[in-house]
Amino acid sequence: MTNVFEIAGRVSLFGFRAVTGTFRRPFEGGQLAWHLSEVGSKSLLLVIASGLALGAVMTLHTRSMLVMFGASLIIPTVQAFAFFLEIGPLVTALLVAGRVGSAIGAVLADMRATEQIDAIEALSIDSFKFLVVPRIIACTLALPLLTLFMDFSGLAGGFVSEFATSRLSLQLYLSRAFAEFQWANFWPPTLKTCVFGFTIGTVASFFGYTTNEGAQGVGKAATRSVVVSSLLIILLDVLLIKLIFFIFPESAL
Amino acid sequence: MTNGQPPVVAFDQVSKSFGAKQILSEVSWSIPEGEALCILGRSGTGKSVTLKLLMSLLKPEKGRIWIEQEDVTQLGCRELSRVRHKMGFLFQDAALFDSLTLYENLLLPLQRLTKKTREEIDFVIDRVLNQVGLGGDKAKMPSELSGGMRKRAGLARALVLEPKILLADEPSSGLDRITASEIDELLNRQKAERKTTLIVVTHDVHGTRRVADRVVVLDRGKVIAQGTVPEIEHHENEIARKLISE
Repeated sequence: MTNVFEIAGRVSLFGFRAVTGTFRRPFEGGQLAWHLSEVGSKSLLLVIASGLALGAVMTLHTRSMLVMFGASLIIPTVQAFAFFLEIGPLVTALLVAGRVGSAIGAVLADMRATEQIDAIEALSIDSFKFLVVPRIIACTLALPLLTLFMDFSGLAGGFVSEFATSRLSLQLYLSRAFAEFQWANFWPPTLKTCVFGFTIGTVASFFGYTTNEGAQGVGKAATRSVVVSSLLIILLDVLLIKLIFFIFPESAL
Repeated sequence: MTNGQPPVVAFDQVSKSFGAKQILSEVSWSIPEGEALCILGRSGTGKSVTLKLLMSLLKPEKGRIWIEQEDVTQLGCRELSRVRHKMGFLFQDAALFDSLTLYENLLLPLQRLTKKTREEIDFVIDRVLNQVGLGGDKAKMPSELSGGMRKRAGLARALVLEPKILLADEPSSGLDRITASEIDELLNRQKAERKTTLIVVTHDVHGTRRVADRVVVLDRGKVIAQGTVPEIEHHENEIARKLISE
């Protein structure tokens, strides 16, 4: 248990160091752009494909239930709320944790094992600012964008499924989907994914950057990055939903 | 040991441990400018740790480490960065950045740490790569290079900022004798042409004989002998004699 608290403390300090490092020169613009494109290119297809499939499956499940209660008209509304409020942010974060978090952990651990991080330091370059800070910022910025792709892919999947069953037009589907929608249902859940992104970047970078187990540490860092960041995302989700309801009471359905 | 010249690098009673394991215990040595010092010793005697301490990649528990009259153990980040500019480091496995081409590996320090124009940078990279015999390989990724080429590429990156002091960790490890002697030749040329001070950690007796002006022999974290190669050959300590014998 002490070990858990010790790691939690070290990860928190690591994240705090990254936050302060963000505002110190030199700003690693080139590295940030590179990592943003890396996070995007590694996750975008996965996110879209998952969104389409989830959207279709969810409509198939909810349809039978809602038809039973004579509420088939609200299928698009349920779909939109489900994706924008919860499924989009949570599933995107978990997918990115698996795809990008593991890669960050493995790459940094490999760089540590092969002395590349020492080589960066030996060249008078701050390895933390050069390697860690841009990765954390990239995850933080990319998550909300990827979440939007997941949300709209989910709606698209839902529409395809609904169209196949009831021939509902796209226009009608969209108007029903967003009829009850407010900005408070959109911004807070989407922006909470910045916290998820920061968590993924920080946890994965921490396990990769601080490993000292040589080649064996590479696999361990990748695994720990995924497990710990996924767990934290789910726990943070609970806390953030309570926070969102507190700040935006109108978003509580 | 410094022949009257002030030492450019000096270890003064340096101790370092990892947990309960004592790696270096009150180690002292020094080297004047433009000379080559080889640090010999069995595996696990703290040779590579010595280089990392010099580069301030590790901090000692006790003692002082002097680089050109500055105690690097007392320096802050900015001062440390200035001192590191004077040094180049050839890592044991070259430690090339594997996501960058050979050209980009050399470009990175030049772009970030100098105010050279792109033309000047390209000129320096071409010169250094030609110097190590990799002029035609600058577009290659590190994974496309052989062991000897990687060592030479690592040396090129260490030399690209024209360091006054070059640290080399096992420059001949994993190489055949011919390639190893080529690397030693490059180190000697660097010393002769640019008056670079060399500090080389090695197991290789042949390399030591080719490169060293002075030798420090470490065993169990302590200096058991230091002097020229002939002096070590006739040293009273048997381990030191064995390590230098062919």
